[in-house]
Amino acid sequence: MEAKQKYAFRGTAAQENRLKEVIAKHKDRPGGLMPVLQEAQEIYGYLPIEVQSMIAKGLDISLSEVYGVATFYSQFSLVPKGENRISVCLGTACYVKGADKILAAVEKKLGIKSGECTPNRLFSLDSTRCIGACGLAPVMMVNDDVYGKMTVDQVDGIIDSYAEKSKSGGDGA
Amino acid sequence: MMSIDELNRIKAEKEELVLVRRLISEEGEKLCGKTGYRKQVLVCGGTGCTSSGSKKVLEALDEALREQGIDKEIYVVKTGCFGLCALGPVMIVYPEGCFYSQVSPEGVRRIVEEHLKGGNIVKELLYAETVHEDGSIISLSETRFYKKQMRLALRNCGVINPEDIEEYIASDGYQALAKVLTSMSRDEVIDEVLRSGLRGRGGGGFPTGRKWSFAKAAEGDIKYVCCNADEGDPGAFMDRSILEGDPHCVIEAMAIAGYSIGAEKGYVYVRAEYPIAVQRLDIAVKQAREYGLLGDNIFGTDFSFDIEIRLGAGAFVCGEETALMTSIEGHRGEPRPRPPFPAVKGLFGKPTVLNNVETYANIPQIILKGSEWFSGIGTAGSKGTKVFALGGKITNVGLVEVPMGTTLREIVEEIGGGIPGGKKFKAAQTGGPSGGCIPACHIDTPIDYDSLIALGSMMGSGGLIILDEDTCMVDISKFYLEFTVDESCGKCTPCRIGTRRLLQFLEKITSGRGEPEDIDKIEELALHMKASSLCALGQSAPNPVLSTLKYFRDEYMAHIIDKKCPSGVCRDLLYYEIIPKLCKGCTRCAKNCPANAISGEVKKPHVIDKNACIKCGLCVKNCKFNAIVTR
Repeated sequence: MEAKQKYAFRGTAAQENRLKEVIAKHKDRPGGLMPVLQEAQEIYGYLPIEVQSMIAKGLDISLSEVYGVATFYSQFSLVPKGENRISVCLGTACYVKGADKILAAVEKKLGIKSGECTPNRLFSLDSTRCIGACGLAPVMMVNDDVYGKMTVDQVDGIIDSYAEKSKSGGDGA
Repeated sequence: MMSIDELNRIKAEKEELVLVRRLISEEGEKLCGKTGYRKQVLVCGGTGCTSSGSKKVLEALDEALREQGIDKEIYVVKTGCFGLCALGPVMIVYPEGCFYSQVSPEGVRRIVEEHLKGGNIVKELLYAETVHEDGSIISLSETRFYKKQMRLALRNCGVINPEDIEEYIASDGYQALAKVLTSMSRDEVIDEVLRSGLRGRGGGGFPTGRKWSFAKAAEGDIKYVCCNADEGDPGAFMDRSILEGDPHCVIEAMAIAGYSIGAEKGYVYVRAEYPIAVQRLDIAVKQAREYGLLGDNIFGTDFSFDIEIRLGAGAFVCGEETALMTSIEGHRGEPRPRPPFPAVKGLFGKPTVLNNVETYANIPQIILKGSEWFSGIGTAGSKGTKVFALGGKITNVGLVEVPMGTTLREIVEEIGGGIPGGKKFKAAQTGGPSGGCIPACHIDTPIDYDSLIALGSMMGSGGLIILDEDTCMVDISKFYLEFTVDESCGKCTPCRIGTRRLLQFLEKITSGRGEPEDIDKIEELALHMKASSLCALGQSAPNPVLSTLKYFRDEYMAHIIDKKCPSGVCRDLLYYEIIPKLCKGCTRCAKNCPANAISGEVKKPHVIDKNACIKCGLCVKNCKFNAIVTR
């Protein structure tokens, strides 16, 4: 798998302990796999095959079942997310107002496609289906910040400002 | 445990506080005096306004109130959505009913100083439509946006504090549950819902009462009540707004459904992409438990009911009822063949009722005001109101609720405030990826379940996207097909392969390689998909294509025969060019080109490198001499 070679797993023992608690909490509840995956993704930021294996073992189900669910839902990511998570809304309201052009500009700026992460893990990019801020279309989100009524020429400046912040914040790139 | 007396005591205590926000008159002013607060300020805390900065507005408001020393006299409420998302952040001051729009933190400080303290309304910060030419203030309910609306499902949205159960109780909250538990039999409840004519608001329009009666009749010791809050239609946000603005009405209605079918447990399946809605729903469930309105022996009866929240994980197909249940069970959200219907064999194999958020939001009022009142609203076959998420090329983007039978023209031209930029209305898209479009020639159609189906579209969950002359209908069909290809769960072949083939035809056409026979092939394939797909996703996936083919066949033909996109959208069929005669060489386009695709010397005509151009159109916008054209 390409993703696996590109992004090595860097899980810690503390993370593993938290995951074990989560598994114990949901093990006997009906339909517990989804909440476990959701919380595991919060712990690790994504769901690499290593984490999926631990979940399969913990819940006593097959890895293929875990993988099947993890790959079915778009919220679950098998590749890591960047320090800054960018998402461009491609819901209908945003699309008719030119969101595809915003996405193209971000892809060009970062040199990655939607669903990918920059090699330095500074930025990851996703396209989402409607965050519900249709009044501000087209909309782009960086982490929890919402940028509404976007134009293509704003893209560079916004991304640069986050790159700047990450650098001055220390470990950054 | 909560008794009915206790419920009524809380109601009486808080009633006036909330009522002030429903009355804009002298009566409201008198009432406001009695509440212990001189004025109330409501700030929208819905997703739309939060995205445009209402959090900072609230912080500035708190700070300014304290600075001016009037924080004890002014009651501040963070509410759910007011509806006018395009003008966010919005806030209302009662008892005057002053509607301030696009409020900035600086604006707030002025409003606090001049209006809340000084008593002078800051007119230039008001929503322009609420100020009369002579300077007097027009009531919000008299503005074009609100005048024709009728807010039933949204009655508490933008009025109460959704994080305070007592404000819901003050607005008749949990009275309907008290009524059914103490004075109605299970059959009477179902009968009332049946006679109201309420139909499912999630898309299908199935009579809610019938669903309930099937589930009641089904054999089973354990039954479930589910709420579909997995609003997957991109561009639709009414369910989110109800959960954000009035989460208790959904909880109350689910408990009523539970009583009528004999269920003790409910699940709300809500999109994880809606963090504010999830958080408020979570608070509401906890408060309802604390007050004994969820849990064992509600109101001292032998009825017990509790609710669990389950988060979706981004799969459109989970809006389909059987797929949703499969997902709650912890599996890939794939639909199951019906029959058996969920009413007989649903969640965990038990009889289950599943309704959508907006459907539930109507229930408490139907119980309190009666089925006759409800069925008096709307058209012959569609009773009550419908909430629409109005979006796209329209001035007043936002949430609107109108009686069934309101015409599209009323929604677009009056409530929606028309198309911005003097552009022409082309079509309205309803029902999202499962629906179709209503062209301009049918703009006077009264909107209800049946009229939309007759036009080849459907009500869907209520996304209403307005398209203008700059929208390419082939491109919009392609957009929806891309969506369904992404979201097809892959279980059945007609949908998995069919959507992909359909998309390939559209890609072929929009890239200029289309042939006339493709249209016949599309239509044949679409028929097969409708007939043989397992669930509604595949059955309705061809609708956007079929409906645009029905009304805009000429646009398809222009792409196929003339290799032109009449709306100038399909990129492969157009390119940007600078007309040398008109170009003054000001370099403005070259400086601002995100792709560095424009070159040229100062004061000499510039040239666009067609290979580097990403066709974003920015240069056209920036050019002061109209020297750049698309061909």
